[in-house]
Formats: sequence, structure tokens, C-alpha cells
Amino acid sequence: MKTFGGPVLFLDRSDINTDEIIPAKYLTEITKQDLKPYMLEDLKLDGFDPKGEKTRNARVIVSRANFGCGSSREHAPWVFEVNDITCVVAESFARIFRQNMFNCGMAAIELPKADLDQIFSHAADADTSMAIDIEAQTLTVSSGGKQKTFSFELSPFDKALVIAGGWVDYADKKY
Amino acid sequence: MGKTTAEKIFAAHLVDEPFSGTKVLRLDVVLCHEITTPIAIVDLVERGKDRVFDSSKIKAVIDHVTPSKDSKTATQAKILRDWARRQRIRDFFDVGANGVCHALFPEKGFIRPGNTVIMGDSHTCTHGAFGAFAAGVGTTDLEVGILKGVCAFREPKTIRVNVNGELPKGVYAKDVVLTLIGRIGVNGATDRVLEFRGSTIDAMTMESRMTLCNMAIEAGGTSGICMPDITTVEYLWPFIQDEFSSKNAALDEYSKWCSDDDAVYEQTLEIDAVSLVPVATFGVKPDQVKPVAEFGQNPVDQIYLGSCTNGRLEDLRVAAQILKGRKLADNVRGILSPATPKIYRDAMHEGLIDIFLDAGFCVTNSTCGACLGMSNGVLADGEVCASTTNRNFNGRMGKGGMVHLMSPATAAATAIEGKIADPRKYL
Repeated sequence: MKTFGGPVLFLDRSDINTDEIIPAKYLTEITKQDLKPYMLEDLKLDGFDPKGEKTRNARVIVSRANFGCGSSREHAPWVFEVNDITCVVAESFARIFRQNMFNCGMAAIELPKADLDQIFSHAADADTSMAIDIEAQTLTVSSGGKQKTFSFELSPFDKALVIAGGWVDYADKKY
Repeated sequence: MGKTTAEKIFAAHLVDEPFSGTKVLRLDVVLCHEITTPIAIVDLVERGKDRVFDSSKIKAVIDHVTPSKDSKTATQAKILRDWARRQRIRDFFDVGANGVCHALFPEKGFIRPGNTVIMGDSHTCTHGAFGAFAAGVGTTDLEVGILKGVCAFREPKTIRVNVNGELPKGVYAKDVVLTLIGRIGVNGATDRVLEFRGSTIDAMTMESRMTLCNMAIEAGGTSGICMPDITTVEYLWPFIQDEFSSKNAALDEYSKWCSDDDAVYEQTLEIDAVSLVPVATFGVKPDQVKPVAEFGQNPVDQIYLGSCTNGRLEDLRVAAQILKGRKLADNVRGILSPATPKIYRDAMHEGLIDIFLDAGFCVTNSTCGACLGMSNGVLADGEVCASTTNRNFNGRMGKGGMVHLMSPATAAATAIEGKIADPRKYL
């Protein structure tokens, strides 16, 4: 199983699409590692710096509704993975992106809007980190010396994929 | 209780339900292109599992960047090409025979009612036009599909979209689907199937139905679906005439995939076709849609006619009808990419290519090309494109470029006027 948790990058916008996460012109790369410099290069978000320190240090992304919409490119989870971001927390995900995350043994965690509003309003401006317990299905936000724990739903299949480390190994054994 | 088409297909293809809510389906068709497949191939080789579940059910094409533009894209093409040869994939389409996947594969008769179809491409939902369940997936799902012939899904609920009445002059399937997306939003159909019904759909050609289903994903939909009917049978007839004694026999067989009258839908939406007008997108999301008549002065630099949404023969005919005897506006460049070599050839025989060339268009080979800014037709910072494609995301056709999505008719009218223009006055 991958490790989850660490410094949080807040992306306060809905409908962030996979073209913004990794533009199509980089889809000619054959290795995941080659995607690394281009993460979130075309993200349309005021004040966001794709090369900034917060982006570089992030291990978790927290965003809003319909994260990862658009293209089916698994290059989107991959570019996160090679930048050591293994978890995205959002109000909702586009289907293909969500499945791609779990298929890679990564986590796409949905939280209710009210919880996300709380996290954004208390933690988005500070240095914030998040601890994630997949087994217990809880995440703990630490910001400005304060901690708060939230619980989340995870389908049994998605959880099994995270524990198995991805879909290829799982499917190869079973089918 | 009756079943929807999607429910029938799920029931008929169910291999396993490893957990409540997760259904593993047997796949009838696995489609591949050179952008998302090579990494799956490389991974299979590294795992010592360089095999395919059934070479006759795998179809592959080089379409996104073709002919290759540089060493990297040449490598992607080579990985796919070598694999297709090695795995004896007969239905592989290389330079000279290749075209945009979601136009080419249906044209070859590969998709049948009741099929399960996946591809590492989000616009795979296009093939639902044939009464199939067709879903875009990532490379890992594709890899498992290639190796094992299965894919796992959360069974989607179905939203029924009733479209009734005759489409007014100048209004097409693209306007219907953009209007729908504008209404339900870019995640209005996430984890849902969009089932298109009603007299407007019944009257549509397969090409128009493909345009409709193609954009289901722009509302987050897993698959678009149309009911298989005599139009479906007529389209497929050259490929199925040995399987059935008559078209009626084929229709009887395929009709079993139609949703039952008492099927239960999560939601039913009504669209009055008669009230529709030509529309286009104004923002960087496909749900930011407004009537063309409300655009005012909105100059464009480039017109793009093509793609898996609107690069088919009927699209070229409509655009040519408007462009005949007219020219591109000053300072506007036009690019046409007929979606397949057959469409290119048919358009040439019908004299359409002459019309586009006379108007000042550049006619390229069949490729996804400009739609996603991967090869030709890339926009410069600040440039604007009127496009018959499916995505207007920030930077989609080139960093800093702006894309307005519209029908081929609206794109043709825009080409003439150099600003977003209403096609109705030219029809």
C-alpha cells in the first residue's frame, strides 16, 4: 500500500479538469517520471503557482466539486504520483479520474461540502498537513496547532484497490 | 419491473460482483489508440504478461498525432504498431488507413447493439449511439481489459432525456447536446448513463446520434445511449447481412436491448426540439452555453471543422452548404480534418473538398490534431477558435487560446463573418 498524508495544497475551485492537471502536449511522454515538471501547468486559479513551494511540498490536494473532469488520461494521477501526491480530497470526482486514482492504488476521498467549507475556512491560508487512515476511514487536518478529524466513506472495492496497490495485480489474480 | 438498456447490458455481461455496488463486466470490444495504450503495453511487457484476451475483440488505431510529428510520437506509434503485429490484431489502422477513433471504428461496423465497449479515451461514450454501453477508461482499466477482457464499474443509474419535435432550421444534434449540458452542468450526469429518446432522436441519422452521445462525458456521463432501431440496422447492414436473414430479423434481435416501457429512470428530462436555437460555448467549461444570437461582436482567428464530435460526412455537407461560393473572412484561417479517409474520399467525390478549398480552408488528413492542441492547428496565446470539437477547457487547443464549441453550421457561418455568427441566415 502507498503512504498517504502530509502537507496540503488547497485548490479552491470546482471542475478542475485533467487538461489543467497535465496538458495534452505532454501526453507524448512514455514514462510517468517524465511528466513530473508539468503538474497543474495550465490550472486557471488566481494566485496559483505551479512551481511554488506549496505545490512542490504538497502530499495531499484538497479541492472542490467534480475534480478531474474531462479527458480519461491516467497521466493526471501519474503526474501527482511522481510528485509524491497520493491523495486528493474533494467534494466529488469525475468518474474516470476517480477510478484511475484507485486503479493506481491512490486515494480519491470525498467529503461533504460542509466539511470542506470548514477545512477551507480554517486551514487554507495556513501551513496545513493531513494524516489519512485508510483502514479507519478518517482524516485529520492539522493547522495552526489545532487538529480536527473527519470520517469519510470509501466503497469496499476502492478500499481493496488501495490495499492491493492497484487494479492490475488485483484483477490478474482474480480473473 | 422493466430494465433500461444499460441494465440489460450489465445483466448480460456480468462476470463478478466482488463487492456490493461493483460489477465486473465481460467486454465485447476493447479499442486502443497510440496515446493511452503504449504505457499499458510497456507495463504488460514488464510484468511478463505480454498477451491479449482475444485479438479479434481488440481494435487499434494511430489517430491523435499522425503522421508522427517527432521522435516521441513516432515511438508511441511504433509501440502500438509493433504490439498489434506481435499480437496479431487484424483490425489495426496505420497511416493511410487511419482516422479519428470514434468515427473510424463505427464506420468499420465494429460496434453492435448490446455491446460492452471500453477505450482509454473519454469520448468512448460516442458508441452508445448503437445501443451499446461504451465507457472511457484510464490506462490501467485498458490494460486489464486487454489482458483479461473485463472491466469493473459501479452500475450507473440512467437519466432519460426525451427530445421531441422537429429540429428547426440551423439547429443540429450539437445544439441539442450543448443545450442539455448547459442545463444539467458538467457533472450533471456523473456516474450516470444519458439515454436519448423521443421523436427527434428517432429521426436522427447515426452520425447525429454519435454527436449526441459523444458529448455525454462533457456532462460527466459514463455512456450516452440511443435505442437501436431500423436506422441502426441500416447503418450496420453491410457488416451484418450474413448474420441475419433480413433487416427485420436484425431489428428483432437488436430490439431486445431497448429499454423496457416500464424501466425505471433516476430522472427524466424533457427537451422541446422545436424551441431550440443555435448555441455556442462562451467560457472554459462545456456547460457555459448561450444562443449564438446573444454573442454580439466575438471575433475569431481560426475555424476548426473536424473531430470525433463533428468530423463526419453530414457535418461536412452542412458546412459546405453554407460555405459554397463564399470565402473565409479576412484574417481568419480555416482548418478541416475529415474524420476518416472514407469521409475524406466521399467528401471529395461530392465536391465538398473543392468548396472548402475555394473558401480558403486548409484540408488536413484525418486526425484528432487540433482538438487537443497535440499536433497541428495549435492556437497562440490570446487567439480564439470557433470549433466543432467537444472541449473548451483552458489551454485545450494551445496555451492561452480560447475555444468556442458549436455546430458545423455555426462554425461555417462564423468562418464567413469572422465573428461568431448565426447559421440560419445562410440556410
